[in-house]
Amino acid sequence: MSNIYGVVLAGGIGSRMGNVEKPKQFLELGGKPIIIHTIEKFVVHPGFDEVLVLSPKAWISYTRDIIRKYIPMADKVTVLLGGSTRNETIMNAIRYIEEKGNLDDETIIVTHDSVRPFVTHRILEENIRFAGEYGACDTVIPATDTIVESTDNLKITDIPNRRYMYQGQTPQSFRAKRLKMLYEALSEEEKEILTDACKIMVLKGEHVHLVQGENFNIKITYPYDITVAKALLGMEDKTC
Amino acid sequence: MLNTVYQLVRPRQFEIHFEDISMDNEHILVRPTHLSICNADQRYYQGKRSEEILRQKLPMALIHEGIGKVIYDPSGEFQVGEKVVMIPNTPCEQDDVIAENYLRSSKFRGSSMNGLMQEYVQTTADRLIRLPEGINDLVAVFTEMVTVCYHAISRFDRTAHRRRDVIGVWGDGNMGYITALLLKARFPEVKICVFGVSDTKLNDFSFVDETYRVSEIPSDLSVDHGFECVGGSASGQAINQIIDYIKPEGTIGILGVSEDFVPINTRMILEKGLRILGTSRSGREDFQGLIDLYVEQPKIVEYLEKIIGGVVEMKDVKDIVAAFEMDIHKMMGKTVLVWD
Repeated sequence: MSNIYGVVLAGGIGSRMGNVEKPKQFLELGGKPIIIHTIEKFVVHPGFDEVLVLSPKAWISYTRDIIRKYIPMADKVTVLLGGSTRNETIMNAIRYIEEKGNLDDETIIVTHDSVRPFVTHRILEENIRFAGEYGACDTVIPATDTIVESTDNLKITDIPNRRYMYQGQTPQSFRAKRLKMLYEALSEEEKEILTDACKIMVLKGEHVHLVQGENFNIKITYPYDITVAKALLGMEDKTC
Repeated sequence: MLNTVYQLVRPRQFEIHFEDISMDNEHILVRPTHLSICNADQRYYQGKRSEEILRQKLPMALIHEGIGKVIYDPSGEFQVGEKVVMIPNTPCEQDDVIAENYLRSSKFRGSSMNGLMQEYVQTTADRLIRLPEGINDLVAVFTEMVTVCYHAISRFDRTAHRRRDVIGVWGDGNMGYITALLLKARFPEVKICVFGVSDTKLNDFSFVDETYRVSEIPSDLSVDHGFECVGGSASGQAINQIIDYIKPEGTIGILGVSEDFVPINTRMILEKGLRILGTSRSGREDFQGLIDLYVEQPKIVEYLEKIIGGVVEMKDVKDIVAAFEMDIHKMMGKTVLVWD
């Protein structure tokens, strides 16, 4: 029975990316769409039984086309419709697993931003392992900047000790059945606030284990990030 | 796919670099699981190669000894998850006379192309050899180094005259240990003598017939053939001592690498009619032959377990640096990096 799923979240339409024609995950990096680099990392990882790619409605066929074009052995990739929010997108993935009759207590989902193509084999490996051992895990790197809290956006209300601060990345991984149960028990108002799946687990008292991320596991959100990504690849950035 | 490559950019400094890998219908992807450090890697790491060579070759991913798991194989030759040893020599042409490891056009991982210190290694089926089930990973990892000795012995076997009552091995380090071990495994009836400088190291050669300190070799001792496994600045002394103790028409196999020219007693080479047999690296045939020998004689693997040195779990660049620094200070044995 299939039990470990890669879940590539490509539901966003890239409103932070400026005047671009396509959602950011479809922009090219090194001659290939960013999302292809990301999906390839999941496809070649033998730990995954199936890789689910959640895409916005208007981009589903396009996503399927580029997967066919760039990935020769893509039998284990399935493109699904994303949801209205990040968590709803994850729930769509879990519902698909459930409909196939594969959702049980052991089922693990490794959810990952499609715009983080620099994810490594080790990070994926540890996500699978720690989600299995602890029920949930989150990929993080130690915070390098001091974090300043301001609850009114005017003055500092707290400066937490940086030793205990981390920056969240993805993947975030879960035992899928447990996550679904906790999510469905939330009120609509709570669902509005709890946009991060790991936060749901933490608030419900679940152990969410830390996976050491990488500082290069960047999320390509702003045009500036594309420049950084190209620099990491040793490419000249012609957009500058 | 964006492959993470850990390159040495200058002596003692590694940096992460990314290279795109396209998944196609020909190339296999291997996830390296265990890597081991060779002296050749150390020469780059410590900046002991000439400035010109360093300028020419760096940045480059080091390491040419390693095993891994196949994670993607469109050719169907391997199952996903199968353990393989990677052959670092990569021929670019076929030649019926000259062996693949001597073709000047061949590439070599960690020397003329990126080594194995990568997240994934993209290669072809002919550069991989399936590992026998149950083999100790910490021995299998330095298979390449053992194949170099295996190759030298095979060439010796094809070249040297047939009188082989006594064979001498000069060098009490890893290379000497492996050469002596394989000589004994392949020619059990031949008396194998090892010549070294450290009693502690020589005591580890329990499988050979005799060991001697190079300063205390009996004057009436002689060998039919000899192997130099010393390398570096002392290789000249070793070769000249072999020339002194070898019988006429013997063959001297040279395995040790030296950065400098080595003066040797050519007069005596001429007088004794000696053959000097240079050997370097190895090819697919040697890998397959050695793996078959491991299966036939499992005690070889058991003896090789004795030269496993430090084992370092590797997650990031600082672990790589720690492993190389640890390797510098080791007395003997192979430093193994376990790629998490």
